[in-house]
Amino acid sequence: MPQLLLELFSEEIPARMQAQAARDLERMARDALAKEGFLPEALKTFAGPRRLTLVAEGLPAAQPDRHEEAKGPRVGSPDQAIEGFLRKTGLTREQLTERDGVYFAHTHKAGRPTPAIVAEMVETVIRAFPWPKSMVSGTSKLRWVRPLRRILCVFDGEIVPFAVDGVASADLTEGHRFMGSREPIAARDFEQYQDGLARNFVVLDPEERKERIMDAARTLCFARNFELVEDEGLLDEVAGLAEWPTPVMGDMDPGFLDLPPEVIRTSMRVHQRFFAVRDPQTGFLVPHFITVANIAATDGGETIAKGNAKVLAARLSDARFFWNEDLKTRLENRLEKLKGVTYHARLGTMYERVERIAALAGELAPFVRDDAETKAKAVQAARLAKADLVSGMVGEFPELQGIMGGYYADKQGLDPDVVDAIRQHYRPQGPSDEVPTQAVAATVALADKLDTLVSFFAIDEKPTGSRDPYALRRAALGVIRIVLQTRTRLPLRRFASADLLAFFADRLKVLLREQGQRHDLVDAVFALGDDDLVRIVSRVDHLDRFLGSEDGKNLLAGYKRAVNILKAEEKKAALPGGEPVDMPNAPVEESALINMAGHIQLEVGKALDREDFEGAMRELANLRAPVDAFFEKVLVNSDIPDERDNRLRLLVKVRDAMGRVADFSQVTG
Amino acid sequence: MSDKPLSFQALFLKLHDYWSRQGCTIVQAYDVEVGAGTLNPMTVLRALGSKPWKVAYVQPSRRPADGRYGENPNRLHQHHQYQVILKPNPPNLQELYLGSLEAIGIDPMVHDIRFVEDDWENPTVGAWGLGWEVWCDGMEITQYTYFQQVGGLDVFPAAGELTYGLERLALYLQNKDSVYDLAYNDEFTYGDIFLANEQQFSAFELEVADVATFQRQFEDMEREVPRILASRGRQGQNLVLPAYDHVLKASHLFNIMDARGAIAVAERQSYIGRIRDLCKMCAETWVAQQGGPSAAQASDLAQEKAEFYKADDKFGSF
Repeated sequence: MPQLLLELFSEEIPARMQAQAARDLERMARDALAKEGFLPEALKTFAGPRRLTLVAEGLPAAQPDRHEEAKGPRVGSPDQAIEGFLRKTGLTREQLTERDGVYFAHTHKAGRPTPAIVAEMVETVIRAFPWPKSMVSGTSKLRWVRPLRRILCVFDGEIVPFAVDGVASADLTEGHRFMGSREPIAARDFEQYQDGLARNFVVLDPEERKERIMDAARTLCFARNFELVEDEGLLDEVAGLAEWPTPVMGDMDPGFLDLPPEVIRTSMRVHQRFFAVRDPQTGFLVPHFITVANIAATDGGETIAKGNAKVLAARLSDARFFWNEDLKTRLENRLEKLKGVTYHARLGTMYERVERIAALAGELAPFVRDDAETKAKAVQAARLAKADLVSGMVGEFPELQGIMGGYYADKQGLDPDVVDAIRQHYRPQGPSDEVPTQAVAATVALADKLDTLVSFFAIDEKPTGSRDPYALRRAALGVIRIVLQTRTRLPLRRFASADLLAFFADRLKVLLREQGQRHDLVDAVFALGDDDLVRIVSRVDHLDRFLGSEDGKNLLAGYKRAVNILKAEEKKAALPGGEPVDMPNAPVEESALINMAGHIQLEVGKALDREDFEGAMRELANLRAPVDAFFEKVLVNSDIPDERDNRLRLLVKVRDAMGRVADFSQVTG
Repeated sequence: MSDKPLSFQALFLKLHDYWSRQGCTIVQAYDVEVGAGTLNPMTVLRALGSKPWKVAYVQPSRRPADGRYGENPNRLHQHHQYQVILKPNPPNLQELYLGSLEAIGIDPMVHDIRFVEDDWENPTVGAWGLGWEVWCDGMEITQYTYFQQVGGLDVFPAAGELTYGLERLALYLQNKDSVYDLAYNDEFTYGDIFLANEQQFSAFELEVADVATFQRQFEDMEREVPRILASRGRQGQNLVLPAYDHVLKASHLFNIMDARGAIAVAERQSYIGRIRDLCKMCAETWVAQQGGPSAAQASDLAQEKAEFYKADDKFGSF
């Protein structure tokens, strides 16, 4: 079956946009083809620095004819209705058929040739393509990420003829900008296309480019007994910057190795897109780098290595200047400068924020570890944690915030706990990032995040939908993870508004759901109004186990039955107050449940006071048999009003005793 | 590269020769202080409107905050930009640009030339465009931009802007580590000609400039721009060119106050906004003077612009 090959050839596409563009092209093409009744056997897209390519296998030469049957009005309906149906279907009355007293319209749509459909599809895709940013160029109004230079579009070996804003389709592409033949390359199918590109020094597939880079870079390192410092994000980027990626190793002045390794690596990655190289034995950086060039240079890459080394030297000289200058000022002497840094227009300066965080750290410390030393160190670290924001190095590399603060604190001889807390207080910064667990660091990290949350909630800047510009979700999740990992018994309500507490509940639900917990159980526990995350999670855990047991399931059914009865009765009149009593002549099941409910109320209370949730659940399990027996043998809605009231009181008692463990009405199923 | 690398002077002469062969008019630098070659009215104003325009010039560009008293080998209070504007940008602008590199002795089979995403914007003149920084062996040698807006107005036909950093290019071509060691020509070094400049202006701009005076002058300029714009010349036209000079002066005064550390973070945006508003007034008047887009076209463009920003907002990348 015929093949479709499409290439949209343009000037250099930003590396960060390429992978998404390949996915968008695939999705849009699939959708457009499906709408016309095509289901290609295989469809693949590729993105690179200068091209987006699509190849679809197994498309028919023409669209199949389509028959459609539409049901119309009943025979004998008013003329108006029939006229309307005829207009809709484009048929005459004679062309309608009758079945069971109803008109039917049969329409036949002749399939169009596939190339006509492809031409339409390509134009639609180009015009609607969701580039994050697009532009016009020259006198054309066509928007593309950068100027669109060529469209190669071939179906079944033939050019699909069309033009989009003056760019006409053809069977031509171009090879590598410098290494290729500099003549257009003709291709009438994917094989020719791929061969033509390969002969002209273009690796089409981004995965292949990445492999090429990794293989060559590892080989270069291996030959000198080094090891490549791998970096997935950097690899993605450099694979999007070169059509013929060619790693080259260059040298760095070893004198720079006294700079913190994070500084060297960041300068290499951010400014130059270099990979760092280390000694596999010690793990320390060695004075070399790998750059990924776009050509196999005629001098073997010597000029490229030298040129890049020169640029790196200039960058690292800047970094050394910042490092030396920064070390001249103690962190505490930088605080004044934070008064000039706006944190947020409505939240004051960074200086004010630091004051808040320090105060908060003092309040939080006793919950993390209750000793004077922890508190003093946490307050000290919190005061200094943001000082590096006005250092030269962090001005240059914002991603080194915290890390530089840690170095500067260490160099000025501060306590190691304080140094660690400054270094780690932004953590965890993502789901895979480590949580600070040492008491001082955990306290400062908590204070940092809580202040962010409390502040932005106070000015009503809460996340909505996909918008979370201040990363409040991440901050809340950070608080939760720190509290849980350090088992800090934190009464959150003392620090958070009702809104913020609900936000924490939501985040906790998301976290527990990701860990495979049922979110309705989180609701059931949260409904009790507890604000101690450690206790909540423990309770959810035990509740989950209990409800998984036979007793738990049955008791839940009994609970629901009781609650339904109470609800129905409540609608008629207020429920009777007071305790149930063991009435003379009461059925034995009623008396048994009264006894058990009383016992349970007492025991569950004791267990909960000890935070022994397992014990509380075990006590609840004892309710199951009497509850079942009660519902089996006793009619709540007795004709005798006293009996009825007493039984309602009993159900209330059972409900409330259970309700101390969790709000079972929130549990589904 | 030939045996003897190009001197600083030979470098811009080669570029003049190359771009004049591509049909560019060569003009001299603008004589009001500017922070970048873009701000020269030959770019900012001429990029607007519908008339074709091709120009190249060397523009001394003043960045008071970058002054280092002549002590830093790479940082200058004033450097030189080689600026090329082609409107509409020809479809083969990239090839023309690469031709200019070969003309100054950069062989793309030996050097690694790459186009790395860099979206240019200059908030003080309400301008932005998409393009790249061009890297030669890891060094940024040119800012390459397709102008989309200037003075808050759409640039159509689109204009291509190439800005070469002459000092950087020369450092690379001459393989020198300090800008002051560059051969300006066979007789002088760059330091012979510009070191005194750097020493004196750094001291002036970082220490001596009187903030109160500059503040007053800034406000004077701010008042002058609308007044000049509203005035008419002998041919009945608005005096947009002199008005724009005053915008440039305001911008430079702001840069000096900034270098003196007199602009608080919170005030910065407000200053930039004030300059942008002045620039916008000039841009609008200029376009009207050139017989710019009719009201209907303008609203069409405004609509497109609105949609563009809407689409952009969705991806949150601005």
